[in-house]
Amino acid sequence: MNLIISNTSGKPIYEQIVSQIKRQIVSGELVSGEMLPSIRSLAKDLRISVITTKRAYDELEREGLIVTAAGKGSFVAERNAEWLREDVLRKIEDHLQQISQLAAQIGLSGEDLCEMLQTLRLEEE
Amino acid sequence: MTLENGKWVGENAIELAHVQKRYGDFALSDVSFSLPTGCVLGLIGENGAGKSTLIRMMLGACRADSGSIRVLGQQADQSRSFAQLRQRLGVVLDEACLPEELTAPQIGRMMRGIYCGWEEGTFEALCTRFALPADKTVRHYSRGMKMKLAIACALSHGAELLLLDEATGGLDPVVRDEILDLLCEYTRDASHSILMSSHIVSDLEKICDYLVFLHAGRVILVTEKDALDEEYAVITIGEDDLRQLEPACVLRVLRSHGAVRVLARRGLLPGNMEAGRTSIEDVMLLLEKGEVLS
Repeated sequence: MNLIISNTSGKPIYEQIVSQIKRQIVSGELVSGEMLPSIRSLAKDLRISVITTKRAYDELEREGLIVTAAGKGSFVAERNAEWLREDVLRKIEDHLQQISQLAAQIGLSGEDLCEMLQTLRLEEE
Repeated sequence: MTLENGKWVGENAIELAHVQKRYGDFALSDVSFSLPTGCVLGLIGENGAGKSTLIRMMLGACRADSGSIRVLGQQADQSRSFAQLRQRLGVVLDEACLPEELTAPQIGRMMRGIYCGWEEGTFEALCTRFALPADKTVRHYSRGMKMKLAIACALSHGAELLLLDEATGGLDPVVRDEILDLLCEYTRDASHSILMSSHIVSDLEKICDYLVFLHAGRVILVTEKDALDEEYAVITIGEDDLRQLEPACVLRVLRSHGAVRVLARRGLLPGNMEAGRTSIEDVMLLLEKGEVLS
């Protein structure tokens, strides 16, 4: 796991850890079920306080992003359905944005696009 | 006693309660704090604040007038059982007190006679890692090399608790960094704890879990390191701004050249006064030299 801690950024160190791990989970760099380094070894790798690291893990756990099993360690949580849905919705939005930009280049209207999409879906059925 | 495989697994590696000590006109007054097992505690204070005296008391080398000092679960004193316990402590004092006429390998052989858990292999590996010349006597070592040798000794007998008194003082940033690296590795084991005193606080800034500020023989602040940044802020403002702050927000004030530096409670600062990260150095300065507004 790659984390970069900045001493000069105004953000508290535990927040830097939380936001970076979160980003890696959302981007898929960290996959569900993947084991995270132990609090102690992460703290020592980053040369920061154990308490700071524990706090970051507690926060991630509270948000349901990781789970900790006593004696086994911390793992990236299984993604729940809603979250997956959000993820797919986000991808659709990304694609739609590209489509919309392409359409604008050749002056295609929103209605034209809807029609194309309906035709596509009919064909798939 | 809370021991597991002969190692201390109790809640606190060090516990000081109401420790008092008077030496002529210097006094330690009512010093209380604990170092939780597995953590790193930084003891911060100006020269003469009482850091070294406290560490000597933790080693049972001098006695407190009153109060209690427990180290790895035992009362620190001149008893035989505490002498036995000292085997489990790694100690590096300000002046590396190693015999000047010996070389590193000779010191290793001497230590084997002193510590029953002496690990020759660990010691040799550390000497190699620190590039300590085996053919020179300590007399010809630089201060950095002496410190590295002392630290190598402290880490080569399975100590559960390291007591470092100004161990990085007077060393260049590269050497300090190497030592910090080693300390980080040491505390990977959750049964290992470190108490380090320093007035170079940038070293303590990252790796410490807890900070204890000592000033003129008194504990003036005990805090988790993270909390320092969250609860306190140091800002430089003008007299006009100072008057706008509510009294509860202002902890210490230091005036110089028309500007006012304020140690403030972060939560009570008005929204228009933004404060950056709080450095230990600033807090130490304000606690020691700032005045309390009445």
